[in-house]
Amino acid sequence: MSTSVSTPAVIRASKLAVGYGQTKVLQNVDISLASGASLALVGTNGSGKSTLLKTLVGLLKPLDGSLERTDVSIAYLGQSHAVNGLLPVQARDVVTMARYSRRGLVSRLTSDDRDAVEAALERTGVADLAKRPLRSLSGGQRQRVFLAQVLASEAAVLVFDEPTAGLDAGSTERYLTIVQEELSRGATVITATHDIAEALRCDQAMLLAGRVVAAGAPHDVLSAERLLDAFGIALHSVPHGGHHDLVVTAAPHAHEHPH
Amino acid sequence: MSWLVAPFANNPFLVRSLVAGVLVALACSIAGTFVVLRGLAFLGDALAHGVLPGVAGALLLGLPSVLGAAVGATVMILGVNAITSNSRLSSDTAVGLLFVGLLALGVMMVSRSDSFAGDVVSILFGEILGVSRSDLVQQGVALAVIALVARIFARPFMLLAFDPEQVDIAGWSSKRVELLMLVMVAVCVVMSFQTVGTLLVFGMLLAPAGTGALLATRVPIMMGWAALFGCFSVYVGLLASYHFDLAAGASVVVCAVTVFFAVLTIQTLRQRREGATA
Repeated sequence: MSTSVSTPAVIRASKLAVGYGQTKVLQNVDISLASGASLALVGTNGSGKSTLLKTLVGLLKPLDGSLERTDVSIAYLGQSHAVNGLLPVQARDVVTMARYSRRGLVSRLTSDDRDAVEAALERTGVADLAKRPLRSLSGGQRQRVFLAQVLASEAAVLVFDEPTAGLDAGSTERYLTIVQEELSRGATVITATHDIAEALRCDQAMLLAGRVVAAGAPHDVLSAERLLDAFGIALHSVPHGGHHDLVVTAAPHAHEHPH
Repeated sequence: MSWLVAPFANNPFLVRSLVAGVLVALACSIAGTFVVLRGLAFLGDALAHGVLPGVAGALLLGLPSVLGAAVGATVMILGVNAITSNSRLSSDTAVGLLFVGLLALGVMMVSRSDSFAGDVVSILFGEILGVSRSDLVQQGVALAVIALVARIFARPFMLLAFDPEQVDIAGWSSKRVELLMLVMVAVCVVMSFQTVGTLLVFGMLLAPAGTGALLATRVPIMMGWAALFGCFSVYVGLLASYHFDLAAGASVVVCAVTVFFAVLTIQTLRQRREGATA
């Protein structure tokens, strides 16, 4: 599932600078992602992950460099606190919103749309919550509904900003399985995450800390030295079954934080 | 029974008032639903008051007051847009400044003329008992326009209320959709102020839709509740006004606000009881 030279890039960024107004948050970002490839953006809060994602999906204009996207559909799951959780809508209504862009302003939703919505609700395990008001759902349940919304879009590029925040272990595992299924159908997946184990599963990783610390194969990018550089904490990735457990191998800058 | 029906059976002007009130209630139920969902209450209030200098200016120049109100609302919307996109101020500061500035300008204009006193009362509180046939036609056209806009743009409006970023992701412009929503609210305010007044149109925008939000789990149902409570308030308000010789527009809005707090209280008590038995 890695990108090959012959496969055309769905998203290509070259010397991209992103930020707000005149303030550049990140510079010299290079990305090339083909259909079916995955990229993890790893970094602390404020490292530029969300700003880069918003630029890649078109919510922010690039401040410099070039960004090319082939004419493909994009689905984006932002950080859920941006959503109006008090809106009087049922879970199914939220997932159905994913089909609006396909049908435009007034065309009726088709049986394809309804099938995509029901399948997405099933896959994220919220089919039994479909008629529940969004405001009555827990944070984790809402996150699964928002994930279902992304799946129902059947978009070519799926972009997630910290998708597993607020999910329990079982739901996180289900999410990771779903991402693999989406990659298999040819979707391109870009994820911003704090979860290094999740990032290690991707084809490419980019470590951010207000700059691009490293980019490339996840095991090279997410080395103990670079994680120490970006996070200020010494982490070590230990293979465990099919996963990687992360072990803190040294206290972070203990001398800087006397408690 | 005659206490409930006779006032309307015996007074054709009161029937016209009822029809005008119902048209306002229906328009406000649609626009108000989005005001509540999008959190535009302050802007709705500012729009309702910001039309004052426009109306005063129109009266001074001998022009239709609706025209003046439309100019006032346009200045408010464009001003808010310009301030928020060109400065670091949040929109509520921009709305507040334009609100107080336009209101003060309106008062200044009114203070220039002694003959204005009666007009100001009608601007603020409306003339629901003095509605003409042409007012009804105007109101009907406004309702049709508002309903049509809300129907055609239901999807981007829903996305805007849910998460503005999703509007852009879906291929529409969140800024344009927001502007359209504001224009829809402005049309509602401008076309309603003659009936219930600028001060009270805000109450009709907010109270029935707010009550609907307490009860509904889906947006169309919320709109339905808002229409029902709005029309109920118009009827009860006019009836109270007739029997107890009260200001009609104010009675309608007091009724709408009372219904909101009654529903809120019942709901809170019920939730407490459920919490206690759980």
